Amino acid sequence: MQGKMIARAKELLQNGTVNRVIGWKAGDFAYDITPAVFSSAEELDAGFVYNDFCGANFSKYLVKESRKEGKILVFLKPCDTYSFNQLTKEHRIIRDNIYVVGVPCDGKTDGETLKLKGITGITGIKTEGDSFVVDTLYGEKTIAKADALPERCLSCKSKKHVAYDELLGEDGEVCESNRFDMVEKLEAMSSEERFAFWRGELSRCIRCNACRNVCPACTCERCVFDNDNSGIAQKAAADSFEENMFHIIRAFHVAGRCTDCGECSRVCPQNIPLHLLNRKFIKDINEFYGEFQAGEDTETRAPLNIFDTEDVEPSIVYEKGGN
Amino acid sequence: MQVNEKEFKPTIVAFCCNWCSYAGADLAGTNRLNYPADVKIIRVPCSCRVNPMFILRAFQRGADGVIMCGCHPGDCHYTTGNYYARRRMTLLFSMLDYLGIERERTRVEWVSAAEGAKFAATMNEFVETVTKLGENKRLEDLRCKEK
Amino acid sequence: MFKLSLNNLNDLFKAAAEGSALYIPADDGAGQARFTRWCDGMEMSKALKTVKSAKEFFFPQTESLVDFKMKGKEIEIIDPRTETEDFVVFGVRACDARSFSILDKVFLADPVDTYYKSRREHGTIVTMACSRPEETCFCTAFGVDPTAPEGDAVCYMTEDELFIEAKTEKGTAFVEKVKAVLEDGDASAVEAQKAAVKDILPKLPLANLSTDAFGGDKLMELFDSPKWAELSASCLGCGTCTFVCPTCQCYDIRDFETGHGVKRFRCWDSCMFSDFTKMAHGNPRLTQLERFRQRFMHKLVYFPANNDGEFGCVGCGRCLSKCPISMNIVKVMKTLEGESK
Repeated sequence: MQGKMIARAKELLQNGTVNRVIGWKAGDFAYDITPAVFSSAEELDAGFVYNDFCGANFSKYLVKESRKEGKILVFLKPCDTYSFNQLTKEHRIIRDNIYVVGVPCDGKTDGETLKLKGITGITGIKTEGDSFVVDTLYGEKTIAKADALPERCLSCKSKKHVAYDELLGEDGEVCESNRFDMVEKLEAMSSEERFAFWRGELSRCIRCNACRNVCPACTCERCVFDNDNSGIAQKAAADSFEENMFHIIRAFHVAGRCTDCGECSRVCPQNIPLHLLNRKFIKDINEFYGEFQAGEDTETRAPLNIFDTEDVEPSIVYEKGGN
Repeated sequence: MQVNEKEFKPTIVAFCCNWCSYAGADLAGTNRLNYPADVKIIRVPCSCRVNPMFILRAFQRGADGVIMCGCHPGDCHYTTGNYYARRRMTLLFSMLDYLGIERERTRVEWVSAAEGAKFAATMNEFVETVTKLGENKRLEDLRCKEK
Repeated sequence: MFKLSLNNLNDLFKAAAEGSALYIPADDGAGQARFTRWCDGMEMSKALKTVKSAKEFFFPQTESLVDFKMKGKEIEIIDPRTETEDFVVFGVRACDARSFSILDKVFLADPVDTYYKSRREHGTIVTMACSRPEETCFCTAFGVDPTAPEGDAVCYMTEDELFIEAKTEKGTAFVEKVKAVLEDGDASAVEAQKAAVKDILPKLPLANLSTDAFGGDKLMELFDSPKWAELSASCLGCGTCTFVCPTCQCYDIRDFETGHGVKRFRCWDSCMFSDFTKMAHGNPRLTQLERFRQRFMHKLVYFPANNDGEFGCVGCGRCLSKCPISMNIVKVMKTLEGESK
């Protein structure tokens, strides 16, 4: 696929369709891949990669890139296209300045996920069938791909591209996803257990803002948490209240717009399962206001921008039973 | 959990829309209906003005319970404000519950300008519920509690 | 040199926790290591490094500096500090141990930061030599020897034994305190392990990283390099690199209004944040390029310029593992290498 992509990018550069390409650039190790803009065939040959470690979602970069001169070529994985659609819908990107090539994806992992599985000292990674063969300083290790994938790929919601100008490879289908399983499990717990669970997770937050800055739905010019006049601008999670506040408000702010791309959880240096907050909102919206997938198209209005006179009352939260 | 049930007096913040609920509170007053003085009313132009941040900030500054009151659905002074507010608060309260914060500490009630009695009854009932729950511990900001 | 069987590690911790707080790297809920206050039975993490460095023991992420209380027209000023307790940080790696001397240069220089100083005085650092360096390690480029860390006392861990050696007065006191659980050990096992690790070091992918192109005298060539644009292009502007870094020492001081007073606190700041160095007139660094450049110029140029050539990086590799877009100091150094020659 990488070869095909480079060839197609060169063609599009050559025939003047685009003047630059946003893609993944190889690093020092097998897994440290950086998003980069390429503007010539030589640059593409020198550094462009597409492999199992190209997890970064480029949609948000297009907010800035599409405002520059000329058209940009972007390669989008199926889940990235949902974010792309959502940003198009919100007029955050200039669609006409972008040429989208959809590329297939069967799950992307990263160095950190491998390390959590106990594989350290990674010097090289080869993909062999359904496994990764990892060269380490301390010998060769083999791990099944399915074991090395992060949660967002294990519960992939769709392998279908919802926005593209052309596709490389076959398009997939919307998947049967079990992505709400953990949310359901939490809902079934007692309030004390849930509180303990979230304190355990959120207390690790270091307020690096990576989740916010990577999020394709967080595109405010100035975030309320950076605005000194808001009265809540705080740089550090000084206590448990601020951890809660930041994550509740952040999740709320993207409710109905979050496509569940999972970037927040991918980038969290403390591995906080932030997607569980977003998925709770998605699940609630599905249950209360009807099935809704943000980014599925560019027309439907977001659930929090519309209403129905027969909507459920907030008291439904108390009536659902349990504690 | 409660140290001193008898002495605990909760702080309640009530966001009331200017057109219905605030007038309802007024009516409760002029009709001399009793409701606890622990309820601090904050008047907002419309229930739709209530940002989720307001609710959290109220808890941060020491509220033990937060209630939002607006016009009955369909009767909003601005026609549709409370419909949006309804969706927002439903999701927010559900999220608070999901995080393990007692869901009984938050509430929405629709109170019209003519419902002075409902206002008083709602507040009495809410204060009673929150008193039973005790002090807000799960969504507190210790820095604001030190005296 | 003393030793102890790894089976008796808990006894060592028990003895060390007597009368002072003991912190060890332990696994958190997500399976990563962090320094945690030891309680009986807690096991030491097998991870090479904690996510956050050990700097927070001396320079915590947030700390209260002063409280103000209003009583009518009177303002009462309160020092919120309480007596600092003695504490031991166990299992600090060589890179983190070196970072303390870098932080000392900032916080203990005149005017002395008394908050930092008090913690430094009360803390004993027990380091742990590395036995399994990882691909992201490049401490040797900055003159750190992972097999011989600095610290008040140094530990070496072999397959089944832990060796410990005091290096300073505080370290001697620590070893004295836990002596009951130790037995005499000879250095041969330690030397063998050091040699084994020294064999691995040249095989690390970043073993040949050079700092020759950097230093206080390379100011303008590096500052004006056109390469900063491509390097910073995909930076998200988050603070991950800064907050996991053992040497980043910038902080912000803010007031928190509690409703009945004001608490002035300081917290870690990041030069990657859009409001870093924002002042009354505005912000001198308006683009991510300038903010990004600041971070690396500080470590590779400004810091050595002011500190006899010592770089502001210890090569721990945390930013390499944690940056969401995998942009890091090594990539910056490799890209800029040609610029100053």
